[in-house]
Formats: sequence, structure tokens, C-alpha cells
Amino acid sequence: MKKSRIRVLVAKPGLDGHDRGAKVIARALRDAGMEVIYTGLRQTPEQIIEAAIQEDVNVIGLSILSGAHMYIFPKIIKMLEERKMTDIMVIAGGIIPIEDISELKKMGIKEIFTPGTDTKKIVKFIKTNVAVA
Amino acid sequence: MSLTEKIRNGDSRAVAKLITMVENDFQNAQPFLKELHQYCGKAIVVGITGPPGSGKSTITDKLTKHLRKMNKKVGIIAIDPSSPFSGGAILGDRIRMQDLTTDKDVFIRSVGARGHLGGLSRSTQAVVKIMDAMGKDFIFIETVGVGQSEIDVIKVSDVVLLVVMPGMGDDIQVIKAGIMEIGDIFVVNKSDRDGSDKLIAEIEMMLHLIEKEEKWHPPILKTVGTENIGIDVLWKEVEKCTDYLKESGEMFLRRKNRTRKEIFDLFQESWREMFFQFISEERLEKEVERVLKQNDNPYNAVKKLSAIFKENLFKEGE
Amino acid sequence: MDYKEIKKAREQWSDKTLKKVLDRFPERKEQFVTGSNKEVKRLYDPLDLEDLDYLKEIGYPGDYPYTRGVQPTMYRGRFWTMRQYAGFGDAEESNKRYKYLLKNGQTGLSIAFDLPTQIGYDSDHSMSHGEVGKVGVAIDSLKDMEILFEGIPLEKVSTSMTINAPAAVLLAMYIAVAEKQGVSAAKLNGTIQNDILKEYIARGTYIFPPLPSMRLITDIFAYCSKELPRWNTISISGYHIREAGSTAIQEIAFTLANGIAYVDAAVKKGLDVDKFAPRLSFFFNAHNDLFEEVAKFRAARKLWAKIMRDRFGAKNPKSIMLRFHTQTAGCTLTAQQPDNNIIRVTLQALAAVLGGTQSLHTNSRDEALSLPSQKAVRIALRTQQVIAHESGVTETVDPLAGSYYIEKMTKEIEDAVMDYINQIEKLGGAPKAIEKGFIQREIQNSAYQYQKDVEDKKRIIVGVNQFESEEETMKDLLKVNPEIEKQQIKKLEEVKNNRDESKVKESLHLLKQAASSDKNVMPFIMDCVKGYATLGEICDQLREIFGEYKDSIKI
Repeated sequence: MKKSRIRVLVAKPGLDGHDRGAKVIARALRDAGMEVIYTGLRQTPEQIIEAAIQEDVNVIGLSILSGAHMYIFPKIIKMLEERKMTDIMVIAGGIIPIEDISELKKMGIKEIFTPGTDTKKIVKFIKTNVAVA
Repeated sequence: MSLTEKIRNGDSRAVAKLITMVENDFQNAQPFLKELHQYCGKAIVVGITGPPGSGKSTITDKLTKHLRKMNKKVGIIAIDPSSPFSGGAILGDRIRMQDLTTDKDVFIRSVGARGHLGGLSRSTQAVVKIMDAMGKDFIFIETVGVGQSEIDVIKVSDVVLLVVMPGMGDDIQVIKAGIMEIGDIFVVNKSDRDGSDKLIAEIEMMLHLIEKEEKWHPPILKTVGTENIGIDVLWKEVEKCTDYLKESGEMFLRRKNRTRKEIFDLFQESWREMFFQFISEERLEKEVERVLKQNDNPYNAVKKLSAIFKENLFKEGE
Repeated sequence: MDYKEIKKAREQWSDKTLKKVLDRFPERKEQFVTGSNKEVKRLYDPLDLEDLDYLKEIGYPGDYPYTRGVQPTMYRGRFWTMRQYAGFGDAEESNKRYKYLLKNGQTGLSIAFDLPTQIGYDSDHSMSHGEVGKVGVAIDSLKDMEILFEGIPLEKVSTSMTINAPAAVLLAMYIAVAEKQGVSAAKLNGTIQNDILKEYIARGTYIFPPLPSMRLITDIFAYCSKELPRWNTISISGYHIREAGSTAIQEIAFTLANGIAYVDAAVKKGLDVDKFAPRLSFFFNAHNDLFEEVAKFRAARKLWAKIMRDRFGAKNPKSIMLRFHTQTAGCTLTAQQPDNNIIRVTLQALAAVLGGTQSLHTNSRDEALSLPSQKAVRIALRTQQVIAHESGVTETVDPLAGSYYIEKMTKEIEDAVMDYINQIEKLGGAPKAIEKGFIQREIQNSAYQYQKDVEDKKRIIVGVNQFESEEETMKDLLKVNPEIEKQQIKKLEEVKNNRDESKVKESLHLLKQAASSDKNVMPFIMDCVKGYATLGEICDQLREIFGEYKDSIKI
């Protein structure tokens, strides 16, 4: 008999302390039946990767509102590639200008959700794109 | 390298993947656990329980740092309750252990309490084995101390710390009902707050009421987890307690009971699986309907189903 | 007023006029609520105010309990200070923006610092990477501060600095710049935010644990009461609490609870309440629900007056009156159809003015997408100027007073806030309630409820969950020069190469000693900054003594 649950790491990289969005998303994912690992503010890319490994998550959700996304997101993506962890889906949210969105998607971030996104849309996106055994 | 070899080499990805398999698909995980079993039994398993907000994660964090200074390797299983509605959970214990994340000799796994077929304690026991086999010297199991399933989980450990704090009001009653008995060491955390001495007196009184066969008298220690106060003394007591448990044969007895329970649980689970293998959902449904409509009673239903079960079992044997 | 007669008339109206209409045309919704989910009745009339004692509860502006405002003439005397929060990139670039704003009629400066500065890291710290100059200006040493205020006469402007954990250091730098301009500290006007409790609650730019942080704050209170009598030593902020998703009631409750904690700490340290309390100021959010917001500001003034007079025994009217800065609610800005944000900001700004604010920042329409562009900032400033000069709402004091709805809601908010404050008292005061996560969880619950209401369309957000239209992308967004970080690091190196190293070491050593004693650290920090010790170096000394705070509250 099998029973699988989607596991998501919700992390706030960088120095930005605005975690309203991250916390609302965490709750919404929980209410959609997922297991959410929340690690708090000021996470380094190393901490995020290590937590993702140990917790064996299907998804990493990153949130930045400070404008540092073009520095921090690529760093995390690169580390995931180096450690051959590209099976983990990375999604992101925050204040991210449109031209950056397409560039980040090219780099390997699966989807980017800007302020005002319906949490049901995020839940649906994860459920459609994550294949759990 | 095989998965189990990787685990024995301390590969955290392999460990994490097998834990997921244990949680989601125990049958598939069994062959690996079988292989790993021979390498288990070295780690000391420390259960940390207590009411919500008493500072269990902080105590776990600080004890781990203490052990890391002695170069001991540590595994942490942090169990959080799941939502009774969605089955989802926010597993937040890691937030108190942020500095440990990048320490290669610490492995932390957050576990949602629900959705473990065959029970949370079976999963936890398997996770303990995996961490043991990867070479951890100490494994902490951290869980909220309310309810029978949590008590079962904590019984997976060799030594149990019960963490309480002053000003919990009626929560002390919750502890009294059921889990006082399993505490080997009592920790009054946040002891810089008012009421800690009163709380100690209360615990002492309750301990008097519990008749224990062992000679070990649970000590009551004061800590301030956030300030790292009392942690070294606490660890000395844990060592003292494990020494006692080993010397007195109590550790052996506990592990024996645990193994007995493990075998029994696995047996029960495998019979359960066989039940569904041999008896179709429709067949069961039919009996349920009959009993509901007063056309039959449950006792007869079991008799009938047992007959089918046996018949199939013999067929299987041939 | 003959309430009996009114009651009779109302019953009659209800039975006849109203019923007839309701039978044929039911209302749009079963229940009407404010922006904070408080029920709104169909109609308010004199009966709602039957128990309200005008003189006790409302009174006259400039008099206790200041419900109608802190000055007797309000905007007939002079308008609020129009103060746009700004700063990005390096000091040169921000200096240009400030001069531009002053030239366009802005009357006060409001400095935004980048995150490394707010968290006490130099630009070359590993955690600073990618954050330098992003959400504000990067300040590493006195050198940057000198450039930031180059050509701006500090005795003439009032400067507000959004800085909290390292507020003492930035204030010291400001004083040092003034000295170099030949302006004495006593003449300086302005504000430091310096409100650490809300950082733990909602904003996240903390450095040290609560206890030493509170000590730094009281050190600043004590220092300023002697040296900078015109400086606002703290801006107790509900703004970020609201942005984190609280209701209007929670915003006021948690802000005032924090305020009580600061006053308590200072009094316990032996400071005379009437010496430091006149320099306490507040910072609130102006959200969408116009009337609720106006009532909120009025209730806040009344509550603080009562708290200061009755609980702390303050006698100086300046200690008792709540003066506040307002910013329109950033969280209401939408990325969709960004021009609509101009209208939202207008309504929010109107609420702040009708609520009697002392200064105001209006957000720019593009802030859900990026940092504001110069053009967008100008529109935001013009919004304030239109309200001030064209709308007419400034011509009389507290124009909404006496509205049955406003007065009733002011009272209701006051009562609900008091309930919260009492609850927090029972937990041992704001710092304890924060440590326990009580305040954070209350806010998170409201934030989640709000999100669900929007998704269930119980709340309509124009352009987001109704009236959507084809997305047009916004152009001319502001981009921070990516070279800033490198340049800033180079500048930092230069500063380090051109200072008297032994003097720096000595001053840092003395600061560390002072921090571990009970001496006031301000004079020691002054010495450090004057010798061009960097912000990071100074904060590192304090980190060694005070330790660091880590976010540890579970969701």
C-alpha cells in the first residue's frame, strides 16, 4: 500500500524580512494536504540546499521582495545542478519585474508568482507538475 | 554503490530517500531495512517530549550543539502534528535548529504525524534504524507529548526527557495523564520564569505517586534553553541515566520490549495486507451491508471471512 | 436630544420605509464588514452615541484626550509634512533624489537604507551579496553619510531615518555630519524609527536579542533627552504590522502595546517620563477602508492619551499626545493594472489627512513591480499636494467628527484595542507576547483570512479578482545599477585604507567595554563613527557582547 504526500520547502533567502506571503502560502499548501517545511528568514543557499536534501522535498518555494532575486536565485539553481538535484522543482514569488521572470525561467525556475496570485493557482501548479509515486 | 551502501557511507540524499520510502511505501522499503538491520543498535535514542511551547526544539538544538563539541554525530527526528482536515502539515521545528542545517554530521528530518500507514511509531522506528546505520551516535526523537500515538512514538527511544515549563496552567494535567510514567529525566525549561520552583515541587509530588519498579529516580533539572543554561548538566544526567539503564539491564529490557512490539506490529501489518489481498473490497462491503441491515451480526461475518481467508492462505501455501 | 422620540422614529422608519424596500430589493450582501472584518450596520444614528460623553471622549483639538487632533488649528495652521521615503543605490545617487524631492516641494526627508545597513553588515559581508543598494541606500561609514547629505543644510530639513537595530550608529553618523556642517546637535530635527519590537513581529531586520536591544533604545532616549531635544527618538510603528496582514484593530493594539513596553523600560531605567515621552512618535498605515482608517487614527490618539496620563502619570501635554507619520498601504498595491494604484493611494492618503496625520508618505503606483521610478514618485507627491490644496478637506479641523458612524466606530475600535492590550498584559507585556509568538500568530491568522476572503471573492480587488483586463506591461521601471555593489566595496576599502587604524581599534575596544557595562553606549558609538569605524565593525562589537537573535517562531 502506498501513500504519498507532496513535501515543500518554503524558504526566505537573503536578508529580506517580509514573510507575509511565504507564510500565507505555507498555510495554503498545508490546507491542500501538503507537508510544508518552513525554515525562517535569512537562509543562505547552502542552508536551503541542505534542508531540501534532508527533508527530501519535491518542491522548493523561494520568496524575495528585496530585489536581490537575480543574485540569489541563480546561485541556488546552480547549486542544485551541481549536486544533481534537478528533480526538485523550484518555484518563486515576490516583487519580480517581468523581464527578470523570463530570464529566471530560462535558468530553471519552473514558475514565478507575483503579488496577488491566487493560492489555489499555486496549489494547482504544484499538483500538476509534481509526480509523486 | 547500492542505496544501503550509500547510507552506510553517510550519504544524506540516500538516507533522505529511504526515509521517504518508509513513509510512503513501507513494503518497498523493507528489503533495504532488512539489509541495514545488522548495522543497527549502536546509537542511543533519546526521546524528547512535553507540551507545545515548552522549548523541546530549543533543548534538542542545544543538546546537539553540546554533542557536536564532543564530536558526536547526531540524528534528529522532529515530529509535528498534521492537520486533521487536510492531512497536510507545517513542519516548523527546523526553524529552531538553523545553525545545524549545514553541519555535515547532523541529519534532521521533519515528520508529519499523520498519514503513516502502519502507524507513526513503526515509521519512526524505521527512521531511527536508518540514522543508526548511517553512523549517528545519538538520535533525538522530538514530539509533542499528548495523546497515545505520541506516547507510542516516544517509546521507541532508550531514554526519555520530559520538558515542561512554568506557567502552563492546566497543561501539567495533560502531562500527568499518561506520560509522567515514561519520563526518565524531567526538564523544567525557561526556569528563569516565575513559578519554576512550584512546578518542581508539583512534579516531585506526582513522581511520588507513581510506583516504579526501577531504582532510577528521575531527576528534575532546570534549564533556560534559549540561553544555553543547564544544558551541560542535563547531558551529564542523560549519560548517567543511560549508564544506569545499561548496567541494570533495563536498557536491554526496553529494547527487548521494543523489538517484541516491532515484530508484533509488523506481523499485524502483514496480516492486514493479506486480509485485503485475499478478501476483496466488494466481499467485505457485502458483509458490512448485511450487518447494517440486521441480516447478520459482526461475529458471524468474521467467521465467514475467516473461512475465506484460510482457504486462500492454504491455496497460497500449495 | 430626545432619544425616546428618535427611537420611536427609527422603529417607524424600520417597520415602514425600510421594510417596504427590503421586501422588494434585498441588499447586496447578507453581512457588511469593514476592511478589518468588523460588522458595519446599515445605518448609524444619534442612538448609537447615546452613551458617548462628548467632552470626555471627544473633546477639542489640542486638548485631552486629543481625539480630534493634537493641534487646535490642525491644517489651517500648516499642512502635514510631505515626506516621501526614498533611497537606493549609493549615497551619491540618493543625494540627487533628495535634492530633486526638496526642489519639488517636499518638506522633509525620509531615508531608506538597504538591508545590509539595516542589519548591520558592511557591503563586503557575505550575506550582503545581491542586497547592496537595493531597497535603500548603502551606508558603510561616516564617509557615505557625508556624501548622502552633501549640500543639504541639516539645520533646515527634518530627516526621518528608517533604521532600527543599528539606529544608534546611524544617528551618531548623522550627528557627526551635522557637526562637520557646523550645525550643533541641539538644532537637529528628525526621527529614527528605532522600534525593534515590531522587527521581531513583522519586519525582520533585527540583529540582537530583545533585552540588549531594549537597552540600546533606552540609551538613545537618555542621550537624546540631553543632547538632541528636538529629535524624535523612536517611531513606534504599526505600519509593518499592518503590512504583515493585521487588521486595523490589531495594528493599533500591538503598536500601543509596544509603546507601553518602551515607556516601561525607560521608566524602569530611571528616566523621567516627561523628559523622554514628548519625543516619542508613531507611524501608522493608511489602508483602503476610508472610514475605518479615520476612526482608527482618532481611537489611537485617544487611547495613547489615556495610557500616558493614567498609567504612566505623564503631565506634560507633549508626552500625552500621539503624533504620527502615515504611509499608504504598500500591501494594497497591485501588479495588475498598476495605474489603479494611484486611486487607491489617493483614498488612503485622504484617510490619513482626515485622521489628522502629522506627516505622510504616499506610495508610487509601480511599487508592486519594483522600486519606484522618479516619475511615479512625483505623481505620489502630487497626490498629497492635490489633497492639501484642492480638496478642501483641510479647511476645518477633524471634519468627520460627529458623524454617527465615525464616532461609533472610534469607540468600538478603542474598546477592541483595550481588550487586546489587556490580553497582552496577561501574557506579561509585549516582549513576552512576542517571544511566545502570540502577536505573530494573531497577525498570520488575519493575513490568511484576508487571502481566503479575496480568493473566495468575499473581497473584491479591482483588476485582480474582478474587472480583470489584458495585462499591459509597465515601462520605465527603476533598475538599480548592478555595479553599485562593487563600487561600494571599493569605497569601503578606501575608507579603511585612509583612517587611523589604531584609533579605530581603540574606540571599538572602548565601545565593547561600555556595552558589557551599564554605561550609555551612545558617546562610545559617536567616537567610533568619527574615526570612520564601519557600521559592520561597530555592530560586530555589539554582537559579541549581546549575541544575535534568530527567528524561531513556528507558523
